[in-house]
Amino acid sequence: MATKNSRTERLATNDIPISGRRVAAALHAVARHRVLAVLVLLAIFPWLMPYKALAVDILLYGLFAMGFNLIFGYTGMLSFGHAAFFGTGAYATGIAMVHFNVPWFGAMALGLVIVAAVAAVIGLLATRTRGIYFAMVTLALGQLVYYAVYQMTELSGGENGLRGIQVSELSVLGVPVNLLDPVNKYYFMLAFIGPAIWVFSRILASPFGAVLEAIRENENRARACGYNVAQTKWVAFLLSGLFCGVAGSLSAIHLSIVPIESLHYHTSGLAVMMSLLGGMGTFFGPFIGAFVFLLLEDVITNITVHWQLFLGTLFVLFVLFLPKGIWGTLLERLGR
Amino acid sequence: MSTDTVLKADGVTRRFGRFTALKDVSVSFNRGRLTSIIGPNGAGKSTLFNVLSGAFPPSEGRIYYEDREITGTPQHAFPRMGIAKSFQITNVFPQLTAVENVRVALQAMTNRFTLWRSRTSFPELQEKAEALLDQVGLDRHRHRNAGNLAHGEQRCLEVALALACEPRLLLLDEPTAGMSPEETRVMMDLIEGLAAERTVILVEHKMKLVMGISDQLIVLHHGELLAEGTPADIQSNDDVKRVYLGQRT
Repeated sequence: MATKNSRTERLATNDIPISGRRVAAALHAVARHRVLAVLVLLAIFPWLMPYKALAVDILLYGLFAMGFNLIFGYTGMLSFGHAAFFGTGAYATGIAMVHFNVPWFGAMALGLVIVAAVAAVIGLLATRTRGIYFAMVTLALGQLVYYAVYQMTELSGGENGLRGIQVSELSVLGVPVNLLDPVNKYYFMLAFIGPAIWVFSRILASPFGAVLEAIRENENRARACGYNVAQTKWVAFLLSGLFCGVAGSLSAIHLSIVPIESLHYHTSGLAVMMSLLGGMGTFFGPFIGAFVFLLLEDVITNITVHWQLFLGTLFVLFVLFLPKGIWGTLLERLGR
Repeated sequence: MSTDTVLKADGVTRRFGRFTALKDVSVSFNRGRLTSIIGPNGAGKSTLFNVLSGAFPPSEGRIYYEDREITGTPQHAFPRMGIAKSFQITNVFPQLTAVENVRVALQAMTNRFTLWRSRTSFPELQEKAEALLDQVGLDRHRHRNAGNLAHGEQRCLEVALALACEPRLLLLDEPTAGMSPEETRVMMDLIEGLAAERTVILVEHKMKLVMGISDQLIVLHHGELLAEGTPADIQSNDDVKRVYLGQRT
């Protein structure tokens, strides 16, 4: 009996091979200092990529998916309308710069105010519903924003998108910076995305983050504990929309145009796919999802125009066999 | 409302579509007492429980708590009034650890929209959570996920969640449902201990279980109040005997 016990014990501790344990220890260290780890990686990231604009794309869509994940992964509500916040952020910032000559910083701030208003209204209507109804309502309201902007041809450029955002000489704290230089552009974006990641991490670790998890786990119990579930969901929706709005606003500066597709439900779908690929409800998941998705898109489009077929298949395989996504599965396998 | 009445239902009716689950029920619950609501299946026990605990409002009638009317008060406001409940179906936060379950419940009584501090920077909540787990006998299982606890343990955890708001009135819906005899004994001891310090309302299907510990019994049948009184009164009540023995009237 005693030998049997000691054997099972040994098996338990030796369960993960040595190299695996090192990886596990490294991952634990990363998980403990997650903000620092991300920032170090992001600082050298453009040189790890085939070209630097791809690095910017991954950052922007990573931020977009991260904001989306606050509602999807952490609060447990699947939204199909988050393009509304990404696109509104992009359009509001772009329109302020192109049509009203607002300096870039003011245009971004204005963009966020408008995104907050849109998210507040959509959130108020959508968070009254649950499950599939929530998905449908957010989809419908998101498309409403799409068609509204589509119709505002004078301001938005309609189906041609918004063009003419000048980014060749942005004044950053009085210093002119040429954002056509990809390295400048990357660090410009990082200056916003880095703090956004930090703020996001703080929110997750806060008591408010605990309430979101409680609502995801058991809405009725959360209510019986004394939480105003409707109000909490609305605040989470608003915050989620704001993070997506920052991503959209930066994308207007990144591309110097705003394509109408940025408001389309395909863009909402991107956030869903990236979150699921990387791991919903995990901190790094959305960035890893954005990385895998955009890198594969880039590689596959060089081979065939039917890249969506390959990514779609990959997505289905993930949902079937790796529902926790890349990062979620890694965390699980290596035992948090 | 007399001073020793904590909760009162006045002419409460509840309909679901065309079905009337509760018909003009008027009952009051005395302070510091353990009152059990009993009755056969479909008697309207859970409906009365849900109306009293604010899960849904009555179709007609009013509910009073202490000195005010609370008909239609939203569910989330109940813990702050000092009313807590446990559900008939086990209802915990499965993916959170036992101690995190209780910590979240305790946190509900503090400022909810703290976005900037770390949730671990409230040691008093952590200590209280551990004390509550201790009280319901789950101190050994602190760091296990609630979803992995045994059925009886999950039910005890739920009681700890209910206690987090320091309730003056505790509502329990069939707390021993699906429990083994051993688990049932543990739970009944726990309830008796809790009832020493507060008003408890217990919904129970098994009459035998509550006879020994209740101060007062309320018997429902077909959505109507059949009888109310001390366990001795109820045991000698002919109507109750008939209903429980299943004889036709």
